[in-house]
Amino acid sequence: MFRSIVFSAVVAGIVSGIAVSVMQMAGTTPLIIAAEAYETAAPAAEPAPAPHAHAPGTAPHDHGHDHAAPVATSAHSHDAGHDHGEGWAPADGFERTAYTMAANVLTAIGYALVLTAALSIARQTGATGEGGWRMGLAFGLAGFASVMLAPMVGLPPELPGSPAAELGARQTWWIATALATAAGIALLAFRREPWAAVLAVLLIAAPHVIGTPLPPEGEHPLAPLALERQFIVAATVTSFLFWALVGSLSGALLQRFEKDAAPAR
Amino acid sequence: MSIQSQAVKTTATSSALLQAVFAACLGLFIVGFVGFSHAEAVHNAAHDTRHANAFPCH
Repeated sequence: MFRSIVFSAVVAGIVSGIAVSVMQMAGTTPLIIAAEAYETAAPAAEPAPAPHAHAPGTAPHDHGHDHAAPVATSAHSHDAGHDHGEGWAPADGFERTAYTMAANVLTAIGYALVLTAALSIARQTGATGEGGWRMGLAFGLAGFASVMLAPMVGLPPELPGSPAAELGARQTWWIATALATAAGIALLAFRREPWAAVLAVLLIAAPHVIGTPLPPEGEHPLAPLALERQFIVAATVTSFLFWALVGSLSGALLQRFEKDAAPAR
Repeated sequence: MSIQSQAVKTTATSSALLQAVFAACLGLFIVGFVGFSHAEAVHNAAHDTRHANAFPCH
């Protein structure tokens, strides 16, 4: 059983992780890089005018940094003014793309493991019938609702340089929201009693009634609003396609491997 | 079906369930590591993935 689950999840994860990487290359990544140019530009923007106000005719000299800010992206500096990223980071270009792809595939395998395990548990306990790609797709859409739609109501996908509350608090809210939504959907799908429906609705609504950790007042994203909107759309659509793919693949593969693993049944 | 084979079947079922639960935990651990680890190198390596997945970042 464990082997069927892991094998299905790894195959589904690799395929959909690569697919999501390709979609990101066209969708979200160019927007992230564009936003980073604003982010990199911002800390330099305040001290910049004074030393750069050369009289006409002054000999040009090299400052060692690029002050034509929002154009260049080569200096993906994780420094000043923003509390992220001292230390090692993959170099822009191929290295960064490779690490992103690896992270995408790992995330996809992780999600596929949870999805496949849930499919297997649902089938074993008699909550669902045969399984297969359609059941997988339904579970995948539930996953999309739990880890994308529900958390993004309070914490929409953010471009670099967006103001935000303390990281730990946001992570706690994100995880709690995803779990509560998943539990709510499971209750709605698998229990017929009225109390279950009431509890499900409460579970799904509760995180939003409690409220998400808000960014400090008076801070604004560095990137333009249009870029942010584009990013939210691109991230959501990519995630939707990812979950549809990883769900149907997990369902189809699990059904197949379980048949192979237990031919006697 | 004898009592013994019933017991064997029950054990097999609960062990299969346990294996599925274990697989789910493994999956959550992987997602947690890639998406939520505070280690700077992990954050930087998975940076674009985190943003695209709406994982809380920075």
